[in-house]
Amino acid sequence: MIHRRDLLQHGSSGLGYLALAGMTTNATQAADYTSPLQVREPHFAPRAKRVIMLFMQGGPSHVDTFDHKPDLAKYADKRLQPEKPWQGPRGKLLPSPWKFQQHGESGLPISELFPHLSRHADELCLLNGMHTDNPAHPQATVMMHTGSINFVRPSMGSWVAYGLGTENQDLPGFVAINPNGNPGGAQNYGSAFLPATYQGTSVAAGRNPIDHIRNPRRSRRAQRQHLDLLQAMNRDAQAKSPHNSQLEGIIESYELAFRMQTAVPELMDISQEPETVRQRYGLDDRTTSAFGTQCLMARRLAESGVRFIEINHRGWDQHNNLKTALPRNCRAIDQPIAALIDDLKHRQLLQDTLLVWTGEFGRTPQEQNNGNGRRHNNRGFTTWMAGGGVRGGFRYGATDPIGLEAAEGRVHIHDLHATILYLLGLDHEKLTYRYSGRDFRLTDVHGTVVDDILA
Amino acid sequence: MFSVFHDKCIAKMEKTSDNEYRVLAMNRTYQATGVLIMRYDRIDQRTATRFLPIGYLVFAIAVLTIVRPGFADEADATAGIDFFETRIRPVLAAHCYKCHSDEAKSPKGGLRVDTRDSIRRGGESGHAVIPGKPDASLLMSALRYEEFAMPPSEPLDESVVDDFETWIRMGAPDPRDRTVEATSTAIDLEKGREFWAFQSPTQPTVPENDGWGYNEIDRFLAKRRAAAEVVPVKDADPAVLLRRVYFDLTGLPPSPEAVVEFVNGTSPDAFARVVDKLLDSPRFGERWGRHWLDVVRFAESTGRTRNFPYPFAWRYRDYVIRSFNQDKPYDQFIREQLAGDLLPAETDRKRREQQIATGFLAMGAYDLNERNSRVYRMDIVGDQIDVASRSIMGVTLGCARCHDHKFDPFPTRDYYALAGIFRSTDVLNGYTNRRRNKQYADPELLLRLDQQDPATASQQDKSEQRSRDVTTQQQVRRARDKVQRLTQLLERKQQADSKPSDVKKIRKRLANAKQTLKSVEQQFKKDRKREAKSMQGPYAMGVSDANRIADLEVHQGGDVDQLGDVIPRGYLQVVHIPSAPTIPTNQSGRLELAEWLTHKDHPLTSRVFVNRVWHHLFGQGIVRTVDNFGQMGARPTHPVLLDYLATRFVADGWSIKSLIRSIVLSRAYQLSGESDPTNLEVDPDNSLVWRVPMRRLEAEAIRDAVLAVSGELNTTPPASSVVQKFPIAPIGRRRNRGSTNFAEYNHRSVYLPIVRSNVPGYLRTFDFPEPSEVKGNRDVTTVATQALFMMNSPLVADQSRRVAQRLLDRQLRPRQLVEEAYLLTVGRLPTEEQLQRVLTFAQQTRATSKGAQRDRMLLAVTDVVHALIASAEFRYR
Repeated sequence: MIHRRDLLQHGSSGLGYLALAGMTTNATQAADYTSPLQVREPHFAPRAKRVIMLFMQGGPSHVDTFDHKPDLAKYADKRLQPEKPWQGPRGKLLPSPWKFQQHGESGLPISELFPHLSRHADELCLLNGMHTDNPAHPQATVMMHTGSINFVRPSMGSWVAYGLGTENQDLPGFVAINPNGNPGGAQNYGSAFLPATYQGTSVAAGRNPIDHIRNPRRSRRAQRQHLDLLQAMNRDAQAKSPHNSQLEGIIESYELAFRMQTAVPELMDISQEPETVRQRYGLDDRTTSAFGTQCLMARRLAESGVRFIEINHRGWDQHNNLKTALPRNCRAIDQPIAALIDDLKHRQLLQDTLLVWTGEFGRTPQEQNNGNGRRHNNRGFTTWMAGGGVRGGFRYGATDPIGLEAAEGRVHIHDLHATILYLLGLDHEKLTYRYSGRDFRLTDVHGTVVDDILA
Repeated sequence: MFSVFHDKCIAKMEKTSDNEYRVLAMNRTYQATGVLIMRYDRIDQRTATRFLPIGYLVFAIAVLTIVRPGFADEADATAGIDFFETRIRPVLAAHCYKCHSDEAKSPKGGLRVDTRDSIRRGGESGHAVIPGKPDASLLMSALRYEEFAMPPSEPLDESVVDDFETWIRMGAPDPRDRTVEATSTAIDLEKGREFWAFQSPTQPTVPENDGWGYNEIDRFLAKRRAAAEVVPVKDADPAVLLRRVYFDLTGLPPSPEAVVEFVNGTSPDAFARVVDKLLDSPRFGERWGRHWLDVVRFAESTGRTRNFPYPFAWRYRDYVIRSFNQDKPYDQFIREQLAGDLLPAETDRKRREQQIATGFLAMGAYDLNERNSRVYRMDIVGDQIDVASRSIMGVTLGCARCHDHKFDPFPTRDYYALAGIFRSTDVLNGYTNRRRNKQYADPELLLRLDQQDPATASQQDKSEQRSRDVTTQQQVRRARDKVQRLTQLLERKQQADSKPSDVKKIRKRLANAKQTLKSVEQQFKKDRKREAKSMQGPYAMGVSDANRIADLEVHQGGDVDQLGDVIPRGYLQVVHIPSAPTIPTNQSGRLELAEWLTHKDHPLTSRVFVNRVWHHLFGQGIVRTVDNFGQMGARPTHPVLLDYLATRFVADGWSIKSLIRSIVLSRAYQLSGESDPTNLEVDPDNSLVWRVPMRRLEAEAIRDAVLAVSGELNTTPPASSVVQKFPIAPIGRRRNRGSTNFAEYNHRSVYLPIVRSNVPGYLRTFDFPEPSEVKGNRDVTTVATQALFMMNSPLVADQSRRVAQRLLDRQLRPRQLVEEAYLLTVGRLPTEEQLQRVLTFAQQTRATSKGAQRDRMLLAVTDVVHALIASAEFRYR
């Protein structure tokens, strides 16, 4: 039940809040304080302003999806003989059980597992010559996210938020939707030594994206006053440990949380989306609804100015269920991604939003478990990009004729990272952070921008 | 280098000049070809650098075929192997092995003919076999009694010699490569032993006392600091120190009375007395037990695709807590967890305790949906090796499952030496993988604890009897199918105007079938219910020795279908402990493994554990990578100190409490957290321990502190776990929602249910580790979702109000009230400025809020307390 008095109180506090909020902003700015999330200028003109990373955990099979290997059929059931058992995967060569077809004006070959996404063939830039260092899930997943296997390093999203700030001060600069608890855990979206405020905020797709996003007890004005007391206490602690970035992070986290209370529920509430949108993203279909929700949320976050958004789909580790699980996975993501691209295009956002679809590695052309599986393959796999200044309908690089090893146009994770930063207007060699006596980079001492894929 | 492909041939090739290509390696069929030069006049440069067009390849194959008769395809390859097996191997074995194989102590002339590699490599005189070239092969010359005369007694039959010629001409197909490659190792164990972590720690000399420190630990630290010209900061304020040691040892804040007493105390041993009190408190085991649960991937469900509850995992949890409280020697703690069932026990109680301890090996995340039982078993073995090696030894042995470890000296054979031990062990966690007509859950697959009460024992037996034949879904389906079939049959017969007697007969059969279906369905429901119930009782999770005790084959590439040599059960070769017991043939070897691990000279066990303790007390280990002491791990910042701690730990009877006591009583532990610009420049990571920086509390400690402050914390441990009451069904699905609503749950957080994929959201928000992984070093994140929890969660709001009410009930004056609030929540008194700020805020809040005077007062005080609880200071120690 709502009392008239409450209504009045809310009404007045709303106005009061605006005034107060303005005052606090001015006051803090006067004290020579800039929010770490403030937009910062890139090193040069950017081609993309934000990133949506679609991470497929488990190692999607490239030869069954985006790396067409017609020759594989000729070697069906043949074996490679490695010199040492650990030098190469065993098993017979297994041609893809699925057909590839050329799509769009570009004639990009895409597996029949992606009937919807194929419509956008002319937007996709396939990097067929990807390779990474380690064929184990945890290492490769962390490598893809942070560029390092052995050390805890900031996630790519944290680097981007650190480099560019974010366009919407009411939202985190880096949002990870349904991130992997495992492998890699929080490290995948962690900020490591970068200020804690650049860490990815993990949200759940669905009706209740973030726990405790609403304060049911107090008016906004009362809460602001309360928060001011709390922040004063936090600054007491900070004064005692001026070099502790975590304390700065806590102060930031409260301010952000306070702003998110208003911004997030509205933004994340996809229940108001019209039926046509729900249908396009497949929200009412059990197969597609989970990832569709993520795609739709990603679109809304991108639109609202979040700098780096990661969405996740799991279960691509097809050792013994290739023929059932791979089509299921593809169905789950196909229509939603196509809808996302449609939407971004329609809203003139695709031109400056970079989509990156990738797993942590690919799979072998050799079979496993009686032809119903493939093993991990870090020596060759496919990542694709779309939008944000990349050449659409383009196939860059290639694996050898059987799809085992990246042979041409080889792109290492460091190169991918360097290229993503480049598209955002950041020079991967200049985006550094001084820690422990030296400057650190996302790409460590490696990385070459893949010029050929720039539009 | 590039590869060429043809339907019969795959080859690695190298371009040597514009029109010349060299074959480097080919697939099995052609691998004996050696180097082949091919020339082409017409070659398209661009394609050539990628791969050869098929047309040329056909030519290449033709050339190959002409050069030497190779095998046309796999079938021929098999024929070649057959030839070897029937004509060659028996001869070698009968006439040559005695002097030229592993059997011979020193093979004559350095020649061994019992592996493919060695027969080709040959001995001192040269290659014994050159595939494809019988005339160049010394073996032929010997068999023909030319340069050599072998066998020495008399020449072999001509037909046999001809066989050898044919065989070599064929390319000397020889399957004896597999076992050799799998077990022979490029790893140099002697070199591996030179690595610091694989050398036994020796007791170092303690440096001179420079007068700064309180105990020997300080002297090691001081020496290193002095060398780097780093001066430690001042000692911590008593209030700060007290808060630190309370949280570090018990995970709870000190009471205001304890703070006042300590701060005002003058006794020189006041701190030591506090430390002893905390070490004696039952809260100590709850705190440190949880640290151990982090590294043993403790959880109360199977995880993975079918997330069934482990209703008895809590027994292991409580065992761990008890062990820490009893200051059980760490070596005994390890022995019990690995082999408690094999240890002698004087009393029933002790036997039960030791059985429960083996839950360590049984509570991993297992994919019950794995259909291949051998894969399922080897996955469990993999989990056991992983958890045992990482938690106890700090090494990543899991890598060696498929191949020799790439960085550390652990050959695959070491992995399978250990795997044999665990494969000879039955895992009793109540579940089995998916098999035909079988349920996942099976109470017989639980460890039945030795009975103390004969009455319950007989009851238990009965229930076990009953649970053996459970009605399956399959039976229900069959009964249902029968009804359907008969119904259709009846319809057909009726339409076809069959004999009335026939129709009647079918009708009767149908009635019977319906009756059966009904009873089967009822039984099925009943069985399901009983099955859920039958998981109650004196059960635990654990292991016992299997009926079949056996050594295990190497699984090449981790593949259960690619078996190689049988590896005798054993230990890591790189850690050589001469007095380690040999593994008996009639026991799994877990007991011996535990003995080996806890041997005083084991280079890892003691170091890894003292380092974990150091990590929990200082926030970072002496070896930063607490779970990895291998090549890819960090090197110790203070190797000598680490060895001092490790050797002293062993000498003190592996007493964990003594170890913690000595570290906490060092001056280093009692340093302030303040920063120092000069030191920061030299040593930003505080590697030299010149201060003790503030550290975030763990998820459990934050929740426990909130409840402790409000007086709501129930320190009595719960009798079991919420999970024990879960139905036996996958969590998160219809039959088992796996509720995580614990608003009313007021026990310490260590007793919250830890269900895989369903860890209470609050714990996750504050970086609770993934419970399927060994995690000795938790993440510390700072994100807005934590702020939202602190601002808006009912837990913090409700508890703040309770604290406020308690403070108001004491009728304190405003100043006093604020001081009490500070003491209670952050363990110190406010400064005057802070006090005034709070008073002003409370005044304003009272003035602007509505309602009765009392309510407004409560609101204001609640807000103050809430702010204190949400403040950074509360979250840190």
